[in-house]
Parts: sequence; C-alpha cells; structure tokens
Amino acid sequence: MKNKQNWIDQRFPLTKVWNEHLAEYYTPRNFNFWYFFGSLAMLMLGMQLVTGIFLTMHYKPDSAYAFASVEYIMRDVEWGWLIRYLHSAGASAFFIVIYLHMYRALLYGSYKGPRELIWILGMVLYVALMAEAFFGYVLPWGQMSFWGAQVIISLFGSVPVIGPDLLVWLLGDYAVGDAALNRFFSLHVIALPLILVVLVFLHIVALHAVGSNNPDGIEIKKNKDKDGIPKDGIPFHPYFTVKDTLGVVAFLWLLCAVVFYAPALNGYFLEHANFIEANPLKTPEHIAPLWYLTPFYSVLRAIPPMFGSQFPGVLAMGAAILILFALPWLDRSPVKSIRYRSPIYKWVLGVFVISFIMLGWLGVQPVTPLNALLARVFTALYFAFFILMPWYTSIGKTKEVPERVTG
Amino acid sequence: MKNNTILNLTLSLIVISFNVHASSKVHLDHADTDISNTASLQNGAKLFMNYCSGCHAISFMRYNRIGEDLGLSDELVAENLMFAGNKPGETITTAMPEDAAAKWFGGTPPDLSLVARSKGTDWIYTYLRSFYEDESRIFGVNNSVLVNASMPDVLWSLKQGQSEADFDQNVRDITNFLDYVGEPAKLIRLKLGKWVLLFLGILFILAYLLKKEYWKDVKYGIWRPRD
Repeated sequence: MKNKQNWIDQRFPLTKVWNEHLAEYYTPRNFNFWYFFGSLAMLMLGMQLVTGIFLTMHYKPDSAYAFASVEYIMRDVEWGWLIRYLHSAGASAFFIVIYLHMYRALLYGSYKGPRELIWILGMVLYVALMAEAFFGYVLPWGQMSFWGAQVIISLFGSVPVIGPDLLVWLLGDYAVGDAALNRFFSLHVIALPLILVVLVFLHIVALHAVGSNNPDGIEIKKNKDKDGIPKDGIPFHPYFTVKDTLGVVAFLWLLCAVVFYAPALNGYFLEHANFIEANPLKTPEHIAPLWYLTPFYSVLRAIPPMFGSQFPGVLAMGAAILILFALPWLDRSPVKSIRYRSPIYKWVLGVFVISFIMLGWLGVQPVTPLNALLARVFTALYFAFFILMPWYTSIGKTKEVPERVTG
Repeated sequence: MKNNTILNLTLSLIVISFNVHASSKVHLDHADTDISNTASLQNGAKLFMNYCSGCHAISFMRYNRIGEDLGLSDELVAENLMFAGNKPGETITTAMPEDAAAKWFGGTPPDLSLVARSKGTDWIYTYLRSFYEDESRIFGVNNSVLVNASMPDVLWSLKQGQSEADFDQNVRDITNFLDYVGEPAKLIRLKLGKWVLLFLGILFILAYLLKKEYWKDVKYGIWRPRD
C-alpha cells in the first residue's frame, strides 16, 4: 500500500492534495447548523449529474416526442420514476440548499475580506444554476415549460434596438419551438454542468486557500500553535467528514420523504399545468416560474412598462441579481458575524429576509392591485438592503469580538 | 442562539407561504380516493373502459400494466377491458376517428392519461357529478364545473336505478382509476417510501453515533497526537 502510494506520489500529488484539502485542512471547530449546506450543495450537484445522465439516456429532445418521452421514463423505464423525481425534486432541493448556504454567508459575513473571491465565484455559480434550472424546466415540454420559456426569452426581445434580432438569434427560430428545445437541451446537459463543475472546483480552491469563516467571524489562522496549526482548527477529515455524513443522511431523509410521498409538492416542485403537453395556441391562465426564480420574477413584474417597453423591468431584475456581487464592498462593518453586529443590522437583515420571501411568494400569485403594490414595496426594500448597506453597517454599536472561537 | 428571532421569523414565513395555493373559482368536493384499494381501482377500470374509453384515450397506459398492477390476468383484461381488439402490451387508444370527433363534439376528446395530475382528483370527481339539464346545449346538458362542456352526461345511464351514494362511489372509483393512470408508479412509491425512510432513519442513528465517537477527540482536545 505504502509502495503504491509512493509510486503515485512521484507522478501525481495525491497525498499532498489529500492532506491539503482533507486530512490537514484545518476547519474551525465551532461550525453550527448553517455549515452543513456547503457539502449538501456538492451532494446535490453530484446527484443531479448522476440522475441526469440516466434521464438523458431515455429523454428525446424533440418537440414532437419530448413530453411523451418523459412519461415513458415515468412508466416504462425501470425505476425511471424514481430517477426523474430525484432529479425534479432535486432541483428544488438544490435551491433550498443554495439559499440557506447564501444566507449563512449573510449571517456570518463570510463574503467579507479576505473571502471576496469565494463570494464572487459563488455568485457566478448561483447565476449559472438559475440558467441550468430554467433550461431544465423547459425540457419536459409541458405547458409551463413552453410558456415559461416564452416569457423569459421574450425579455431579451425588450432590449432596445437589437431586441427582435437578439430573440431570433437566441431561439434559432421566430418562436419557442424545436430549435429552442434542442439548444436548451444541449446547454442543460453539457455547457452548464461543465461550467458548474469548474466553478465549484474554483470555489473550493479559493476557500481552502483562505480558510473557512465561522459563526464568530474570527480568523482562526491568527492563533496558531508551535506547529503552525490554528488552535481553533481541527482536520476536516475525519471530523467534518463524519459530521457532514450526518447532515447528508438527515437531508436525504427529507428529500426522500418528498420524493416518495409528495413528489410534485402540491404544484411547487412540479407545476400541475406542466402535465399538459405544450400547446403554442393555448396560453395558460396563469404563468409562473418555479418558486426558486419567483423573487426575481416579482421584481420584473413590479416595475411598470415605461415608454411602451418592458425593458426597465428587465433591467431591475438583472440589477436585483447583479447587486449581490457587490456585497463584499458594500458592507462597511468592522465585524463579520451577526453575533457581534449592531442591533440595527439584525433588524435590517430580518426585513431583507422577509422581503425576499414575500417577493418569492408574490411571484407565484396572480397580479392584483394589492399584489402589485406589495411587490413594489418589497422590491424597494430589497434594493434598500444593498444601497443603504454602506450607511447602516457603519453606524450602531458593535460588540467586542473575542480572541478565540466560542461554543 | 443569538439570531433566533430572525430564524424563527424566516421559518414561519416559509410555512405560511407553502400553505397558500392558487385557489379555484368553483367549489370542488373532496374525492377521498384511496389508490391502495384494488377493488376500487378494478371497478374504476371497468367503468372507465365501458363509459369513457369510447371517446377518451389514455395513451400513456398499457393494458397489461393495468392487469399487472390491479391483479388481473391477461385473459381477464382481454375479456373485460380490451374492446378495441388490441394486444395486451399496447397502449390504450380510442377507436374514434379524429375528424369525426371534431364534427361531433367540436374537438377531439382529450387524452386522459394525465388528467388527474393536471386537474386533480377533486376536479374529476366533482365534474363527473355536476351535469344538469340545459336545453340550450346540443346534448341537453351543461356542467357547473366546466361551463359549456362539450361532453354529454355519459354516466346518466349508470346513475339510473342506483342510490346517490352508490353513484358517488362509482364516480370515486373512476377518479381513483384515473389517479392511478396519471401515475402508476404511485402504487410502488407509497409502498416503498416507509422502508426507505426507515433505512435512512437507522443510518442516521449510526451516523450520529459515529460522529459522537470521533468528536470525543475534539471535546477532550486529544485529536492532535496523530504523528
């Protein structure tokens, strides 16, 4: 065994990589509940890739056969229903994990220096994941697949001057149809998964270069023992591999509860109208994207058309996503963790969380005068969180941050 | 924990938002179907093939799959459910020509393979029981769930000579069958689910004990002497 290891190590830095990223990657020992979601996101990526490979074996990216091929998977392919449900519920589960993972960064200031690049890479991952999910949702070619694609793609048509040409270039046709379905399939199974895997690799390389943040927001590398090991750090393997295993099993329990007992989750994970085959001649009463995209969909709908163009709404939706990238530079607080931040910040974060959830909820509701008003209020609050951040993070009294991690 | 209030608020809002669902304009009766009730599925299959399949296909469903899932032999399926002279492995289509259907009903009667998934069982159950006389309509009936439905009240003859409760049960069986047709895998997943969750539950206990054992090192600060 030792000989084989030497043989490999002379040719590939296996032991070095193992030590740097697992056995001697020193991780803060005070990780709490919120720190499960990084490894769970990796699990979900792996699960989506594996189930996706098997779905691709049976799915037909052809507008004449796509819908029936999904039902073929659900009925005639051995365990096809399980693979499909794991993939479809998995997409929603992936977003739940990612949103909690991002919320963790907000709670403990994980995006603040020296981790700005980790945050930026994570944000690119998030945007890529939204694109991946959108393309994936088109593939079953149900009514919501078709009309959802129609709504989202038409946004590009609102770009001044080049809009209509851009639309045709993106669709490869004058309308959403077979050409679009084929290219979305290609992007969904090759381009975006490849980008996601590379980005996850970079995200982790950047993380392991700087070291993990923790619920106290303390740099554990500032306190090292005589061997150069952080006093508050413990090796990732075996301590966090066994701990994350616990998280994985608990998470799989919840996922399986959904997959086996409510795979469509009452229309939230698989919309009812998506069990009707796409029909370009019949617009559904109510078109809504899946829940994980609805906060931004609400921002889009909140902005009224100006000069007869939807473009301002599209810009606002883009801004709502892009502004997240600037977070590391908007936050002026001297402390990272919410534990030591001023009470003002806690209130502001609470309002932000409520705004985001309310925008998401409004996104699945039909537009009424009250809903439109609410969407505007929460859109304003959403943007205020970022625009006012340099101000409210620099006022208020922060608590003293301890030298060593607590708990 | 210091940020309990935020967490609690967040979670309660998530719960609230998940309880709200797009509401329908008409009141629907609760179908109260039970997919594990094989007798009900068998009766539903028989009624569907006799009263519905003349016009409506369930083209994602195969005859022999129904037999397999509902405990019927190929012979029984052939005798009682197959009227179009198909083979047991074929999907259940309808003999009605499309152009004629368009002439008779103003459109092809929809395929019902997935109607339980798109409309829901309550809708089917209520719809089939909501026909009323309306001389202004071509078949002399209208429907309060689907206004101006182009479908005649095909269950009218079934309704004659049986009590309202019996009729409701028959409609419930048809609904149950359509729920099964919408997702045959439902029979398997509901049976399998508890074993999967039990397995993961046991695995969780083992994973917890393993974690606890390893983390004793951290608790007592003895993880260091490794070399």
